Amino acid sequence: MIPAQFDYVEATSVADAIRLLAEHGDEAKLLAGGHSLIPLMKLRLVTPATLIDVTHIKELSYIKEEGNNIVIGALTRHRDIEESDLVKKHLPLVAHVAGEVGDPQVRNRGTIGGSLVHGDPAADLPAAALATGATMVIAGKNGERRISAQDFFVDFLETDVQPGEILIAIEFPKHTDAGWAYEKFVRRAMDYSIVGVALQLGAKPGVALVNMSNKPHLAVSASQAIGKGAAIADVLAVINDNTNPPEDLNATVEYRQHLARVLTQRAFATASK
Amino acid sequence: MSLVGARVLRKEDPNLITGNGQYVDDLQPAGCTSMVFVRSTEAHAKIRSIDTAEALALPGVLAVWTSANVAQLANCPGGLPGLDQPLLAKDIVRFVGEGVAVVVATDRYIAADAAELIIVDYEPLPAVASLSAAMAPGAVVLHEVLGGNTVHFQDFENPLDEAFAAAPRTASLHIVNNRCAPSPIEPNVCLADWGRSGLTLWAAFQAPHHLRNTIAQYFGIPQDSTRVVAPDVGGGFGAKINFVPEFFLTALLSKEIGKPVKYTQTRSECLVAMLHGRAQEHDASVAFDNDGRILALKLTVTQDQGAYPNGTGMGLPVLTTAMAAGCYRIPAVAISWRNVVTNTTPVAAYRGAGRPEASFTIERLIDLIADETGVDPVEVRRRNFIPVDAFPYATHSPLAMYDSGNFAGALDELLKHVNYDELKKEQEKRRQDPAAKLLGIGFASWLEIAGFGPPGSLEAFGHLASWESAQVRIQPDGSAIIFTGASPHGQGTVTTYAQIAADELGIDFDRISVKHGDTAVVPQGIGTMGSRAVAVGGEGVKTASGRVYENAKRIAAHLLEASAEDIIIEDEKFFVKGTPARSVPWSEVAWKSFQPLELPGGMEPGALDSTVFQQVPNFSFPSGAYCCVVEIDRETGGVNIVNMYLVDDCGTVINPLLVEGQVHGGVAQGIAQALYEHMLYDPSGVPRTSTFMDYLVPAASDLPGYVTGRINTPNPSNTLGAKGVGESGSVGAPPAVVNAVVDALSHLGVKHIDMPVTPIKVWNILEGAK
Amino acid sequence: MTIRTAITVNGKDTSREVEARTLLVHYLREELGLTGTHIGCDTSNCGACTVLLDGEAAKSCTIFAAQIHDCHVTTIEGAAQADGSFSPMQEGFRQEHGLQCGYCTPGMIMASTALLTENPNPTEEEIRHALEGNLCRCTGYEMIVNAVRWAAENPNFTSGGVK
Repeated sequence: MIPAQFDYVEATSVADAIRLLAEHGDEAKLLAGGHSLIPLMKLRLVTPATLIDVTHIKELSYIKEEGNNIVIGALTRHRDIEESDLVKKHLPLVAHVAGEVGDPQVRNRGTIGGSLVHGDPAADLPAAALATGATMVIAGKNGERRISAQDFFVDFLETDVQPGEILIAIEFPKHTDAGWAYEKFVRRAMDYSIVGVALQLGAKPGVALVNMSNKPHLAVSASQAIGKGAAIADVLAVINDNTNPPEDLNATVEYRQHLARVLTQRAFATASK
Repeated sequence: MSLVGARVLRKEDPNLITGNGQYVDDLQPAGCTSMVFVRSTEAHAKIRSIDTAEALALPGVLAVWTSANVAQLANCPGGLPGLDQPLLAKDIVRFVGEGVAVVVATDRYIAADAAELIIVDYEPLPAVASLSAAMAPGAVVLHEVLGGNTVHFQDFENPLDEAFAAAPRTASLHIVNNRCAPSPIEPNVCLADWGRSGLTLWAAFQAPHHLRNTIAQYFGIPQDSTRVVAPDVGGGFGAKINFVPEFFLTALLSKEIGKPVKYTQTRSECLVAMLHGRAQEHDASVAFDNDGRILALKLTVTQDQGAYPNGTGMGLPVLTTAMAAGCYRIPAVAISWRNVVTNTTPVAAYRGAGRPEASFTIERLIDLIADETGVDPVEVRRRNFIPVDAFPYATHSPLAMYDSGNFAGALDELLKHVNYDELKKEQEKRRQDPAAKLLGIGFASWLEIAGFGPPGSLEAFGHLASWESAQVRIQPDGSAIIFTGASPHGQGTVTTYAQIAADELGIDFDRISVKHGDTAVVPQGIGTMGSRAVAVGGEGVKTASGRVYENAKRIAAHLLEASAEDIIIEDEKFFVKGTPARSVPWSEVAWKSFQPLELPGGMEPGALDSTVFQQVPNFSFPSGAYCCVVEIDRETGGVNIVNMYLVDDCGTVINPLLVEGQVHGGVAQGIAQALYEHMLYDPSGVPRTSTFMDYLVPAASDLPGYVTGRINTPNPSNTLGAKGVGESGSVGAPPAVVNAVVDALSHLGVKHIDMPVTPIKVWNILEGAK
Repeated sequence: MTIRTAITVNGKDTSREVEARTLLVHYLREELGLTGTHIGCDTSNCGACTVLLDGEAAKSCTIFAAQIHDCHVTTIEGAAQADGSFSPMQEGFRQEHGLQCGYCTPGMIMASTALLTENPNPTEEEIRHALEGNLCRCTGYEMIVNAVRWAAENPNFTSGGVK
């Protein structure tokens, strides 16, 4: 219930955050919305020596149209994404998924950056980022770099953000007027998915799975099959390729694989309307 | 206008909706210190060593105690001799969550840090985390003195072999009634202040006098200077009746340190350290004929006691087997039970306390009989109901002498709300359509034993007695104070009692207050549990109020120079019936009740003050008929409740709003047990559901709405006619839900599913049927 | 490490020297003595600790007091109206028996208040969805839903300062 002690500093800008990360090294963690980090700290599963609070960097909270992209600042809250007209219009999958994260209180504090960097395979937004083919914009002392969402998620709770770096934005290609769907199978409405499927149709379709692997999972073969206009049966035949579904209180491997098929089929039916 | 029966808003609410409630953790007396436990992470282990040096050295730490510090003290009260739980584990831990050490510091943050610095070296032992593991030959024994893990075995008096052999048909079920964690939103919490003038202990507890009596006895201190206060309590559901080590540890530490000591349990602790509920396994057999009439019933209950059996936990299977036959007329009933210890959290009362387990099994058997004979489940019930003219009805158990009920009537009332024929047609239609969700309709005609209880009943669970105290005192201005030994924690008892007293006294509801929970204010009491607050406590309020009213009439008569029999009251004025113009107000009667010169001959001052230790001659028997309609997603196994229809018979309803609330709340917990909750252990005794992320207490969007109805067969054991209703929902809902699920899948040959009915369980069944 | 807070709570500026790790809920309850906000879990599930943060529902157990300088927090103690009347939401809970033990109630009232600010006329489904982050063990939720509907239907409720 009570976190271990830590030193607390506030970053006033991206450059300031990068400087502070360098100064405090490995024992520092960035604090954004805190709704992934603080629960872990309260159970003392995570005990950073320093918290670098980035929540006051106002310039990282935005939703902008930039050419063919919608760019969302890393510190944009889930609720702002859910309610954004721009996102609803051009990235309805992302708007919807942002509204599925946790509960209203979580959505009022949690940020897309925080969720993505946490890299939980059971979380919703990483799947939306994968399905929509987003690009992560990461800033460090050497400037900015970009990496695809697919390459961003490296392992369980591990992303490509290196020591000293901070995720600053996510560039989503527009999917205006393209079909989409998000199927989330849960025990209680507030729970993490047992299995979730994020589906984006259109010019470059993507289907991503929630809680089907050790990291957020882009179903590459299935996405490619959809892109080639394959029949749903063929998509379902490959949906579980390269997954590594966990076995836990709610599900066996077999049941998860089955759910992935069922939810993909339903997502497809919804998205195709 | 009579307030009994009226929808009156609660007196309790203004404080609670403004954040002015006072729960134990809200109390911050000067110098208050914080106690934190170190709890075992092993289910069964020897303690090789406990290193407290670093913790003791932390600034702000005032004490670090292990069992060595309490070696001179007895084990925690409430257990069985030789099998009881030490305040802190001595050389051995027997369940994950057992307290091993405590730290007291100047604030809770330092205490938490200090607890992390304590290093316990365990030598793991084999653990038995399930009934089957505990009862297996060669299983590790938790308590050497027992020789095995069975604490008590009560065999059948007559196993009814002939009745079963002779019967046209028989059927059996093995049922697991899943272990639940009561999970009130307020975990356990207590604050002890032991100074020169005695010990005061604030505790979130359902029976403060019981705690006062016991803690005084435990420490060998007099009860006149021992005070227990249960202020506002954030839910109990039976889990806050048992004694736990923290009460005694905070008290002793307070005495030692000379400051108040507060212990606030975290939720993770609560899930392993607050007593669990249910955790029974049943072997049930029923003999019946081709018309679905039950000829004989045989039930064996195996009760998991957890690591340390306690008086309440031991009594649960007694209640379960006493209610084995439910509301049915069964010629021969054989019961047997066994209490078994396992390396898990101790088990005690949880809303219903033994009766939900009974109703679940008999209602599942009824549906099984329906399935086997082809007779409609509603009809099977009708054919077996105890009829209305059969009361008082003696059952197989001397505990259960049913005194009232109209089981067929409740079912009739229920069916007015349920479009049963339409639903069955829809069910069939959907079975033919592979794309449609399956539909299931489940009934539960349930009966339970409540209103604890007749003399001797609560004594058997370790309480002082089974009465409840009510003192009604009129203040000089004619307002009234009721002092009750009941100890509410959400029931709205203050409002209910004020309604009862208002009717009896003719004093305005707004001029009646009710005091409870503080043993310095209410001298004696038993507490709130077993749905007794209205049936016993409320009756006491009525009795005491009636006596006060009689004396008030005598005073009024004296003042009006009339005869007491001719006096009535209206708008707080006493007058002779027929002459309202000549009246004397309550305020004047009250004032003069203290003035000897004003009183009728033979009446002492202070006569408007009556204390009653209310007894009741029998338990009460609430009953009802519930129907649950579910949909099952064939592809995912997901179960969704579409409708929940609930008809209750709680006898007289004092406040329909509050009764409705109790029904909803009990049903919600019943649905939660049926579909969501399971306190699950792995084979080594480590809980797998140890936070609110994994122990699935449902939220608003996980539960349906409720359609409620009522019938009323008054309780003959009290003049109110009220049976109580607090636990009814949790008795009736689980079988209705599971019967609905089994009904939805019955065309696949499904006979039973154990709770919780999870999507994967259903999916496995659906897959298996392909 | 300690920090100095700067949080407006129920309209009053507060500033305290506290450990950086002080959770907002403890700041409210123990530093400021506002014990109406409750703690019911340690995994951010139960919502008993819900307050309004700049008018939006937030779980005060999952926020460090240090993080929210220059923010406005409203707790249950600040829910009533200026003339002393209960807010429509408080009155709705009273009218519809939306509470029993009262422990989850402050969080429920604050979360429901935030809902009505954003959606003044929610359906039953929307209410249940909005309260997914708030657990109650006593009511079974239907009467809470009724309470919120009452508030939605009586937005101008006042008792003229009389409670």
